Amino acid sequence: METPTKLPPSSPSSPTTGFSVPSAEKVDGFPRRSMRRARQRRSHSSSQFRYQSSQVELTPLPLLKDAPVAELHDLFCKKLQQCCVLFDFLDCVADLKGKEIKRAALNELVESVATSRGVLIEPLYPEAIKMISVNIFRTLPPSENPEFDPEEDEPALEASWPHLQLVYEFFLRFLESPDFQPSLAKRYVDQKFVLQLLELFDSEDPREREYLKTILHRVYGKLLGLRAYIRKQINNIFLRFIYETERFNGVAELLEILGSIINGFALPLKSEHKQFLVRVLIPLHTAKSLSIFHAQLAYCVVQFMEKDATVTEHIIRGLLRYWPKTCTQKEVMFLGEIEEILDVIEPSQFIRVQEPLFKQIAACISSPHFQVAERALYFWNNEYILSLIEENCQVILPLVFGTLYRVSKEHWNQTIISLIYNVLKTFMEMNSKLFDDLTASYKVEKQKELKKEKERVELWRNLEDLQEQRLQSLTEASRNQKNLQERENTTKSQSETSAANTT
Amino acid sequence: MAGADSDDSLYPIAVLIDELRNEDVQLRLNSIKKLSTIALALGVERTRTELLPFLTDTIYDEDEVLLALAEQLGNFTMLVGGPEYVHCLLPPLESLATVEETVVRDKAVESLRKISHEHSPVDLEVHFEPLVKRLASGDWFTSRTSACGLFSVCYPRVSSTVKAEIRQHFRTLCSDDTPMVRRAAASKLGEFAKVLELEYVKSDIISLFTALASDEQDSVRLLAVEAGVSIATLLPQEDLEALVMPTLRQAAEDKSWRVRYMVADKFSDLQKAVGPEITKNDLVPAFQNLLKDCEAEVRAAAANKVKEFCENLPEDSRETIIMTHILPCVKELVSDTNQHVKSALASVIMGLSTILGKDNTIEHLLPLFLAQLKDECPEVRLNIISNLDCVNEVIGIRQLSQSLLPAIVELAEDAKWRVRLAIIEYMPLLAGQLGVEFFDEKLNSLCMAWLVDHVYAIREAATCNLMKLVEKFGAEWAQNTIVPKVLGMANDPNYLHRMTTLFCINALSEVCGQEITTKHMLPVVFKMSNDQVANVRFNVAKSLQKIGPVLDSNCLQTEVKPVLEKLASDQDMDVKYFAQEAISGRIKKMKRNRK
Repeated sequence: METPTKLPPSSPSSPTTGFSVPSAEKVDGFPRRSMRRARQRRSHSSSQFRYQSSQVELTPLPLLKDAPVAELHDLFCKKLQQCCVLFDFLDCVADLKGKEIKRAALNELVESVATSRGVLIEPLYPEAIKMISVNIFRTLPPSENPEFDPEEDEPALEASWPHLQLVYEFFLRFLESPDFQPSLAKRYVDQKFVLQLLELFDSEDPREREYLKTILHRVYGKLLGLRAYIRKQINNIFLRFIYETERFNGVAELLEILGSIINGFALPLKSEHKQFLVRVLIPLHTAKSLSIFHAQLAYCVVQFMEKDATVTEHIIRGLLRYWPKTCTQKEVMFLGEIEEILDVIEPSQFIRVQEPLFKQIAACISSPHFQVAERALYFWNNEYILSLIEENCQVILPLVFGTLYRVSKEHWNQTIISLIYNVLKTFMEMNSKLFDDLTASYKVEKQKELKKEKERVELWRNLEDLQEQRLQSLTEASRNQKNLQERENTTKSQSETSAANTT
Repeated sequence: MAGADSDDSLYPIAVLIDELRNEDVQLRLNSIKKLSTIALALGVERTRTELLPFLTDTIYDEDEVLLALAEQLGNFTMLVGGPEYVHCLLPPLESLATVEETVVRDKAVESLRKISHEHSPVDLEVHFEPLVKRLASGDWFTSRTSACGLFSVCYPRVSSTVKAEIRQHFRTLCSDDTPMVRRAAASKLGEFAKVLELEYVKSDIISLFTALASDEQDSVRLLAVEAGVSIATLLPQEDLEALVMPTLRQAAEDKSWRVRYMVADKFSDLQKAVGPEITKNDLVPAFQNLLKDCEAEVRAAAANKVKEFCENLPEDSRETIIMTHILPCVKELVSDTNQHVKSALASVIMGLSTILGKDNTIEHLLPLFLAQLKDECPEVRLNIISNLDCVNEVIGIRQLSQSLLPAIVELAEDAKWRVRLAIIEYMPLLAGQLGVEFFDEKLNSLCMAWLVDHVYAIREAATCNLMKLVEKFGAEWAQNTIVPKVLGMANDPNYLHRMTTLFCINALSEVCGQEITTKHMLPVVFKMSNDQVANVRFNVAKSLQKIGPVLDSNCLQTEVKPVLEKLASDQDMDVKYFAQEAISGRIKKMKRNRK
C-alpha cells in the first residue's frame, strides 16, 4: 500500500516551501492587504511557549560524532532531554545562545538517526517520543484572521519553525530508520499520541502539514495496530468539518494519505470502508471550501471505483444529491469529477445511472453560466464517454434533446451554441431516425408540458379554496364548542352559588 | 365538519402525492411547504392512514425539502386529529432525526420537542420514550446526537422506572465513542440537569460533568463549561465547593484557549450562579488570569465582561476588589497589543465610572479614557465616544472635552468611510451633551464638511444628522447657522453638491417649519429648476413633492404648481416623469384634504 510520498527537504537551510512574501511584494508595488496582515500576524502565531515558566540555561554537550561508542547512547539521551526545553520565538532576540544550542543538538540527532546504524536502542524510544511530544503537541493558536480564506490569504506561519522543523525531521528519520522497531514504538506511539498528531493537521502553516502528512503516512504504514483507530479519527475530523465547523486546514493532506490507504484496501470491500465512502467522502463535497481539496477528494473517489465497480451507483447518486445549486464554480468542479468517474466507469454500471445523470447534465447545459454549460458539453469530446452515449442513445437522446434544442436557440454565448450544434450533429449521425422523431414531436411535448402546468395551478387553486372553507368551518366549530362550554360553565357556577347559598 | 369531510374523494391521494414527488425541486419544496393544505384537503383520517405513511417511506430527498417537512410536522397535531393521535407524527420525524444534515436533524428534534408536550403521559411512555431509546442506541452518530435533545422533554412526565432508563441512556451517550455525540450530550447536560431530581443531579450529573470537562477533545470540554454554570445554579451553596468548583477552576486554566475563552465568555453567568463568597475567593483571581491570558481571544472575551463582573461583585467589598485587583489589569489592557482586546475594553470601560463614583473616576479612570481616546485604532476611540453618556452622568463630559475634540476630528477625517459614518451617528448625542456653544465653535464645521464628502453614504448621513441637530437646537439656530451654508451650496460648480442642497432641504423643511421653508428654501429650489443638469432638475421635482406638506395651499397653487408644470414639459424623460409624479401626488393629497 505504500505509495512513495515526496519527502520534504531535510536540510534546515534549504527553502522549505514556495512562500516568499517579501519578494512577491517587491514585484507588485501594491502589496495586498492580506500580506500586510500576514506579516503583522506572524509574530503572534505560537501558543506553545506559555507552558514553561522557568527558563533553563542550556550548556553545549560534546558532539555525538566525537563520542566513544560506550557513551554514545547516554549522550544521545542527554541531547534528547536538552531538546525538551522550549524557547520563546515571539521574542526573536531572547536567549539566542540557548536556541542555537538546541538547534545544533537537533541537527545532530537528525543526522545521527539518518546515517548511523545501531543508535536506536530500546531505552531511547520513550525519550525520543517524549522529546517529540513536548515540542510538537500544543494547542494551535486562534487564527488571527477569523475569515481566513486559504485561497486568498497568506497563512499564519509557526514562529518556532526553526526548531519545530528539525523536530519533525527527526521524527520522520526516526520512523524511517532501518533500526526502527514497530513492536517497541507502539508502546509510546499510542492512540492518544495519534489523536494529538491528527489535531495538528489543523495548523495554518503548510510546511507543518506537509511534514505531518508524511509522518502520519509512515505511522500508518508501520504500526498496524493503529490503522483502524487512525481511520476512525480521520472520519471524526471530517464529519466535524462537514456538519459542525466547516473549518479544518488539513483536509487535503488527510485525503492525500487516504488516497493511498484506499489503494491498499483488500477486496471485497469491508462495509466499514463503504460506509466511509458514502457517509464521509461523498458528503465532503458539500463543503464551502471544496476547491482546496477537490483534487485529492476526486482521486479518493475514483480509487474506490477502481477497487470495486459496484460502488459506482452510490457515488454518482450521491454527487447528484449534493449537486451545487447556486455555486457555479463548484458545479464546474463536480462536472470535472463526473468526467473522471465516467472515464473509468464500467458500461454495466453506466446503464444504472445514466438516467438521473443525464438529466443533471442536461440541466448543466442549460445553465446561463457559460463555463458550466461548456464543461458539460465537453463530455462529448471524450471518446470513451461518447462511446457510452452511443451505446445508450435510445435512452440518453430523449433526455437531453429538449434542452439541446431549446438552448441552441436561446443561449447568449456563441461558443455554447456552436458546441451544441456539434453535439446535435453527433446525435444525428448516431441515430437519425430517433433524432427526426424527437424533432417532430418537440412541439407536441412542449404543449403537453404547458397543459400539465396549467392543471397543477388549477389543482392548487382548488386546494387553497378548500383550505379556506375547512378553516372557516373549523373556527366555527370551535366557536360553537366554546359557547357550549361557557354556557355549561355559567350554569355550573350558578348551581354552585345557589348551593353555597343554601348552606 | 362532517359535511366538509365528505368531498375528500375530489382529491385522490395520488394526485397530491405526485405534487410532493414533482421532478423540479423548487415545485416539490413549494408543495411540502403547503403540506398543511394537502392534509386539510385529505381530512384527518386519510392524513393519518395515507399521507403520513407515504412521508415516512419516501424520506430520501434534498435536504431543503426535508427541512421544510421537519418544520411542517411540528405543527401538524390538529391535522391528524388532535393530541390523541399526535403519536402518528413520530415515525416520519424519527427518520428525519437520523439524517446527516445538521439543520434538518435539529429541526426534526425541535418539532419532536414541540409535539412531546402534546402527548398524554401514557402516550409519552408508550410511543415517545421508545423512540428516544431507539435513537439513543442507533448505529450512526446522527441518531444518537438527536436523542440527546429529547431526554429532558420526556423525563418529567414518566414513571420512575422509565426515568431510571432515561438516565442510563444519557449516561451512555456522555461517554460515547464519537466526539460528535459527546458534544451533543455536553451541550444538553445543563438542560437535562434542570429536570432531574436534586439527588440524581448530585449522584449522576456531577460525575458526567466532571468526565466531559476533562474530555480529550477541547470541543467537548468547552461545552461542559456552560453546563457547569447551569448545574451550579441547581445546587445548594454548601455543595458547590466540593462538587463543581474543582472542575470549573480547572477549566479556567485549561491548556486549550477555546475552553478558557468559553469560561471568560460565560463569566457573568458563572458569577451569578456561584454567589458572592466563591466569587470573592475564586473568581476574582480567575478573572485576573483571564484578563492577562496569553491569547488575545481570551483577553478580549474577558475584557467584554469587566463592567458586568464589577457590577455584580458583592457590595461590601466591591470597591476594594475593583481598585486592588481588577483596575491594575484593566490598566494593562488599555495598552494591549491587540486591537480587538482594546476595543472590547473600550466598549465597557466607561460603565465602571458609575460603579466607582466621581472621585475614583477622575483619579483612576479618566486617564484611561483619555488614553483610549488617543488610541491608534479608530474602533477603540469610537467605542469610547459611543458610551460617553455613562461618564456624563458621573463627572460631566467637560472633563473630557480637551481630548475629545481631537479624537472626534480625527475620526471625522478617517480614511475609512465606515468610521466616518459611525462618528456621524454619534454627533446628535455629542451635540446634546456638549451644548450648543461648544458645538458651534468646534464641531459645526465638521458637520458641514461631511456634506461634501466624496462618499454618498456619508453625505446622506450628514443630511440626516443636520435634521437631528435642528431637532435638538431649534429652528432659529438652524436659520442662523446651517441654512445659509446649505443654501450656499446651491451655487456650487459640482452638481453633486447642488443636489446635496436639495436633499438637505428635504430633510430640514419639516423641522424648520413653514416660515423658513417658504422664505429661504423655496426660492433656491425654484432657481435650481433651471439647472443645466437633468439630475438636479428632477430632484427639484422630487423636493417640491416632499416639502409640499409644509407649504400653505396658496403658495402651492400660485408658485409651486407653475414650476412643476414647466418641468413636466422638460425635454428630459426623467424630469418629466418626476414632475408628473409630483403633480399627481399633490392632487391626490388635495383631494384627500377636501374629503
